Amino acid sequence: MVIEIPLVNITARNTHIIPFEFEYYEPRSLEEALELLAKFKGEAKILAGGTDLLVKMKTRIIEPKVIVNIKRIQGLRYIIEENEHIRIGALTTLRDIEKSTIVEKNLPALHDAVKVMGSIQIRNMATLVGNLCNASPAADTAPPLLVYNARVVAMSTRGKRFIPLEEFFKGPGITALEPDEMLVEVIVKKNNKGSSAFEKVSRVVVDLAIASAAVYAEISSDGVIEDSRVAVGSVAPKPIRTRILEERIKGLRLGSEELKKAIYEIDREISPITDVRSTAEYRRHIVKVLVWNAIERVYRRIRGECV
Amino acid sequence: MKVKFILNGKPVELDVDPRETLIDTLRLRLKVKSVKRGCERGECGSCTVLINGNPVVSCILLTIQINGAEITTVEGLVGDILLEKLAKNFIDNGAIQCGFCTPGILLTAYAGIKQGKIKKSEDVKEYVNNLCRCTGYVKIIEAIAKTANEVWGHER
Repeated sequence: MVIEIPLVNITARNTHIIPFEFEYYEPRSLEEALELLAKFKGEAKILAGGTDLLVKMKTRIIEPKVIVNIKRIQGLRYIIEENEHIRIGALTTLRDIEKSTIVEKNLPALHDAVKVMGSIQIRNMATLVGNLCNASPAADTAPPLLVYNARVVAMSTRGKRFIPLEEFFKGPGITALEPDEMLVEVIVKKNNKGSSAFEKVSRVVVDLAIASAAVYAEISSDGVIEDSRVAVGSVAPKPIRTRILEERIKGLRLGSEELKKAIYEIDREISPITDVRSTAEYRRHIVKVLVWNAIERVYRRIRGECV
Repeated sequence: MKVKFILNGKPVELDVDPRETLIDTLRLRLKVKSVKRGCERGECGSCTVLINGNPVVSCILLTIQINGAEITTVEGLVGDILLEKLAKNFIDNGAIQCGFCTPGILLTAYAGIKQGKIKKSEDVKEYVNNLCRCTGYVKIIEAIAKTANEVWGHER
């Protein structure tokens, strides 16, 4: 039985309909999507989960002329484990990543991050790739992927290119994608030697980060940092790797006064601002605590003392 | 634009504006009033619906995006044993004050318990992040935890 519903003039009621007109496309294949992007250049916006895009459209921060909903394209929602790499598709949701044992086992910092991103409702809708393309300085998936040296795959009708994630972020909301390009995949190289962890502080668990830090480290059994990669979020115009810090903490012992001093020098690499969520001063302070805690957690993970 | 979906077990076919969000389609066209308009930006969870059994917010979802999906609201769960249990525990525990957030919280808790993600009281805070401006959450968490315990029997 099909219920026939009379068409009502929805704009005349109390409604929060998207306040401007746009053309809507639902491509069935990647090729079709790329052709649409090539045709409309910068006028088109890609819709996947929509949790960032629709809020921006409702509040008229952006008013795209064309919406390309890629959700109908088959074969873009996957987490694949290969010998050396893990590949994550453009339509993979945060909830998919949270539930994935491949991610939990191989990319614990990314797993830490998605667990505390938004409510369950948002995690069911939002995609990892969407979080990256939104390019918020507070994107929680960015610091873990930065410490994994992740690469992203951008495609257009002109072809395919690989972009290191560090070069992908250009500034708040700005990425290295050309107007006709679409981010189709994230590739992460597996690290078997060390482990990783992600820490963040926010007003409540599901809120955007006041500051965040991800650490990948190889630590000897007696607690000396042999190698590390550190990335931080919400303390610069984009998520960043802190390479000076990485160099400084090499060879230092966990819990030592030297390590504390070295972490304090992160000040040279960050440029936090004051906004509704926090003051710059607090961000400066707490990000050091987060780096310290993340290193401690990596060590506990290596020793098998925590998951 | 034509869109087809299943709402509470019944097939629905209608013509919608691409700019229309699911909450508007449900409340204004289909008269499903349990789906509440709260923050309008996906923060509060008052407009939660289940899509193919998973909770999502309907205020930042275009109706055309859900073409072909199965949507459940509390109206569709009347008589469902788990929902009735939840509702009874909400009433017995005083977990409802103004009631505005209740349908969204019931649906989220329902999905969590049904999928086995909420088995004990610690799981509740992790899974249910809907906002409530009246109760202070304690009674709500107790009511959900009690129901989960009745279903999964982990405590006592």
